Amino acid sequence: MDGMHDMGGKQGFGPVIHSRDAAVFHADWEVRANALYSLAVKSGVFNMDEYRHAIERMTPQHYLSASYYERSLTSLATLCVEKGLVTRQELEQLAGAAYPLAMPSSPGRGNHANRVAFVPGDQVRVRDEHVAGHVRMPGYIRGKHGVVISQSPVYPFPDAHGHGLHADDEPTYDVRFEAAHLWPQGAEAAQVHVGVFESYLELNV
Amino acid sequence: MTTDTTPIASIEQRLDAIQTVLQRHGMQPAEFINTFDELAHEHWVPANGAGLIARAWTDSAFKQLLLTDGVAAIREAGLSMPSHHRHFVVLENTADIHNVICCTLCSCTAFTIIGLPPDWYKELAYRSRVVREARTVLREMGLDLPAQTQIRVWDTTADTRYMVMPQRPSGTDGMTVDQLTALISKDALIGVSLI
Repeated sequence: MDGMHDMGGKQGFGPVIHSRDAAVFHADWEVRANALYSLAVKSGVFNMDEYRHAIERMTPQHYLSASYYERSLTSLATLCVEKGLVTRQELEQLAGAAYPLAMPSSPGRGNHANRVAFVPGDQVRVRDEHVAGHVRMPGYIRGKHGVVISQSPVYPFPDAHGHGLHADDEPTYDVRFEAAHLWPQGAEAAQVHVGVFESYLELNV
Repeated sequence: MTTDTTPIASIEQRLDAIQTVLQRHGMQPAEFINTFDELAHEHWVPANGAGLIARAWTDSAFKQLLLTDGVAAIREAGLSMPSHHRHFVVLENTADIHNVICCTLCSCTAFTIIGLPPDWYKELAYRSRVVREARTVLREMGLDLPAQTQIRVWDTTADTRYMVMPQRPSGTDGMTVDQLTALISKDALIGVSLI
């Protein structure tokens, strides 16, 4: 989905607030939030793609105003409701007030019907597709061309896995894009490498 | 249902509620929070990745393994990654090429090897800007690269995990692996600083 989480190339955010040896956590509750969603994954309540997708489904207003670990917590709670561990009403009774959750999911999808394998050196193009559900193609590479550098071991296909659906595992390809092609007249020179699932790619001929 | 006028539960109230739910389903969350806290602070530390780099600097066979089969190198060093991280790619900086990693979609990192990501890595400014204006972002973060250095940005969009291999600083020829390890920061393993 074209969600607010898809940050690559968005403009206007200002300087990175950076310090040496920056902290991972700033409060005990952040450790708890991270631990609890990790526990739910470890316990098989949901997988990492479902976890990521529930964050993506937060309303843009909530996503941008929430801290990183509030997003973790919101995903965890949303999935516990969707998986039937608790109803929203019970959760709000336990919390003693309203409990903001992510929006419902659109349907997921399986592997691309015309999936082909690539080899290093292939010129490829990212399919110009708009996917309603979970997808791990950052919007900035949609429709863009690049060159395959290498292939990874296979992974669960996130567009299915993020919806609890079965699909074939797929390799991803390390695809090198030129920043000047991704954002013509709007980027500094760099090569941008993205791990792109096979279903997202076609040969650029 | 939530409306604009409904009071929103505090973060602590929301956490307590969801912890109760996990507790009721037999997941023993209180115990796991302690386990996780120890893992995050004592075991998933950048010294793991730094040690791999320092060893590679001093052992060419290990360097070859680290650059060609990162998962095997991790295993040989007695480290581990979560089962969903199936590929570990080490990116060697050279005199001509500088690598930097990010995750524009969320915050993916090789957290068992370089530590959980620092706050700025997860923030919107870094995620949005580093793919599009890497040189400026790095300069703002204190790394002013020569104009002729080629920058490669690695966006962690799949479950392949990356780590940068910094260039070994001059004047370190006599150092032990432990001394070299101590030189290498998490920022250098991400690629936003040199050593």
